[in-house]
Amino acid sequence: MSTIKALVAGLCASILVGCGQGEVKHFDANEYPQALSDWGIIELQGTQLKVNDSAVVYELNTALFSDYALKLRTVFMPVGESANYHPSETFDMPVGSIISKTFFYPKDSEGRLLTTNTWQGDPKEVSTSNHHLVETRLLVKQTGGWDAISYIWQGQEAYLSITGKLQRLTLANNKQLNYLIPSRNQCASCHATNHTTKTIRPIGIKARHLNRASNLYQANQLTHWQSKGMLQGVTRPVEANALWNDESASIKHRARSYLDINCGHCHNAEGAADTSGLLLDYEDHPKSAMGYCKPPVAAGSGTGGRLYSIVPGHPAQSILSFRLDTDNPAMMMPELGRSLIHKEGVELVSAWIAELEGECI
Amino acid sequence: MMNSNTIKLLSTLGLSAVIAACSQAPQLSFQDAFRQSLETAKPGDVITVPEGTFAFDRSLILNADGVTIRGQGMGKSILSFKGQVAGAEGLSVSANDFTIEDLAIEDTIGDALKVNEGNNIVIRRVRTEWTNGPDVNNGAYGIYPVQTTNILLEGNVAIAASDAGIYVGQSKQIIVRNNRAEFNVAGIEIENSIGADVYQNTTNNNTGGILVFNMPHITQRGYATRVFDNDVNNNNTANFAAPGTAVSGVPAGSGVMVNSNDQVEIFNNRIADNNTANIVISSYFSANYAGQQELAAEFDPYPEEILIYDNTFSGGGTTPGFDYLVEIRDAIYGVDGAFPDIIWDGIIDPNKAEEKQVICVDNGDAQLLSVDAANEFKGAGVDMQKYDCTVAKLAPIELASN
Repeated sequence: MSTIKALVAGLCASILVGCGQGEVKHFDANEYPQALSDWGIIELQGTQLKVNDSAVVYELNTALFSDYALKLRTVFMPVGESANYHPSETFDMPVGSIISKTFFYPKDSEGRLLTTNTWQGDPKEVSTSNHHLVETRLLVKQTGGWDAISYIWQGQEAYLSITGKLQRLTLANNKQLNYLIPSRNQCASCHATNHTTKTIRPIGIKARHLNRASNLYQANQLTHWQSKGMLQGVTRPVEANALWNDESASIKHRARSYLDINCGHCHNAEGAADTSGLLLDYEDHPKSAMGYCKPPVAAGSGTGGRLYSIVPGHPAQSILSFRLDTDNPAMMMPELGRSLIHKEGVELVSAWIAELEGECI
Repeated sequence: MMNSNTIKLLSTLGLSAVIAACSQAPQLSFQDAFRQSLETAKPGDVITVPEGTFAFDRSLILNADGVTIRGQGMGKSILSFKGQVAGAEGLSVSANDFTIEDLAIEDTIGDALKVNEGNNIVIRRVRTEWTNGPDVNNGAYGIYPVQTTNILLEGNVAIAASDAGIYVGQSKQIIVRNNRAEFNVAGIEIENSIGADVYQNTTNNNTGGILVFNMPHITQRGYATRVFDNDVNNNNTANFAAPGTAVSGVPAGSGVMVNSNDQVEIFNNRIADNNTANIVISSYFSANYAGQQELAAEFDPYPEEILIYDNTFSGGGTTPGFDYLVEIRDAIYGVDGAFPDIIWDGIIDPNKAEEKQVICVDNGDAQLLSVDAANEFKGAGVDMQKYDCTVAKLAPIELASN
């Protein structure tokens, strides 16, 4: 068995070098390939992560927190096709579009994972000699809509996983991390942002998330997409979320941006968490719906013994801060996608609550 | 030199050989096979759970319509989540035409079985249990359909949930029958739901037996629930809900409890030895939970058109679950006395239409005590003539056949 494995691994390695800049391929939902490299979007060449030239790397303003993993995002659209701009919704993208997101960590000399982010978004800097690749998720636009699948890295290749996996990773502080690679249905839990239609949509492909300077292309991303013919119908001005750690932006804007991307995919008026009546996307909602002095509906022990989602001026009395500041799966928010506490995120949301005015009787 | 297609083909073949060669076991464990079945389910699939106890460390999830999950019995086919480290539920379902029957879900870190949005849901002979008994750290809900329509819950057993054993939220067209719920904070709870028949259930030894509630800040206001032919005894377990939850405001010793809900019919039940009172009726204002000052204008905090008749009462009312209730009991009935079978906070809508009834009681010599909570309990007392009235009875719920 090990002979076969070694033989095949050797064969694959030589092939991969050979097929570096092939074409991006599209597969129908019933024939997704086992190997990520078959898509041609992203693959390892030796120790170097390589993105196909026809895919565009992009970044978000504030992004979803995923246990301090770094994420390399790419978008591919069929030649000659483009996305239609929308001021607040996910852009309408052509059939054949493929979005990829690769989750990885810098690692120290002993292979332990680092949770410090010094990466500026250039895939050329991602090498397996000092990075650990965990998974690559794809969103594939089929004629019937978006499909979400995940590939798990194992050596030189990433393999399709339908059921997801719990991976126990070791951090530089020797803490264990229960990293959850989502199953296909779990992908849908977050990406079906309208929980009634259950239609899967990309979350980050919205004007407010993309409207930022690209480190890689030295241009505003939307302008860059327009100049490449990937985006049409842009109307300005365009909303922009803050970068959560951009101290030149207001605490309020940073905190609302953080809640928008971390919570808004479920906590919106049509989302899976509309059952709670708590709406945290970046829309204008009545104050009580945004959590001000709002009692919980079905939070269970997730209340942390606190009475309201937000007690203005008092983060230590607010359920919102509690649910971000716990790693107990029964209590924490978001329910999926993290097993660590994002301390900096908790501090930001708490700082925002601290500056809110008002009183809950 | 090989062309790239040949190479690709070779590579694909090679990789599948690797995958085949590397798979650790010749066949999938039940856990992996079960998860795979859920993830790839198609309408019409029947996914079976054999006899045995199967451990899971992360939640299971089903999104496909028209699926049945079937075990060999709630004592035989057990999905155990002891030591669960990921996911907020045991089994999370978001689908129409879903049936689950004859299995148990034990010791989940959060809710045991959640069905979020779906039509035509059947949950039958399923047991949800925290095997360590009542504990604030148990998951909140045992069986938890929310935003569902046309739903049947029957023959289930729900034990030791830190909120409700069986909780139907924001749903329509509901039948809850022949279930057993015990040692939960709330045995059975119908919340913000329209059209529920709750009958022939046994809800003993919870903090509150059967609850019919409305909560604010939710788009659907609930009304029209019939609670009948149930056994509701000894619901005197100390409240072990997390502070801040709605049910943390339920006084231990509540038999059937109505809060802020309208058109609730309570009849033919056998209700005994619930030591706050066998029936408790309250407005949102005395629910003892937070958020009272900023009620949305459209929220109706007052219970109205509550109809109580032909129940068999005995015992109860001897040790009310809150201090202020004990003081009222002491003042009116003496320290060795007992509340009557029905107590009510007495708070009514100041703008209520004259002809609209609040509570009508036709239950032999059973008495209703209004504690007059709106006036610092000054007018507390029994005046059965006030409740000698009628309200149109509700039609039985008939579920659309699947």
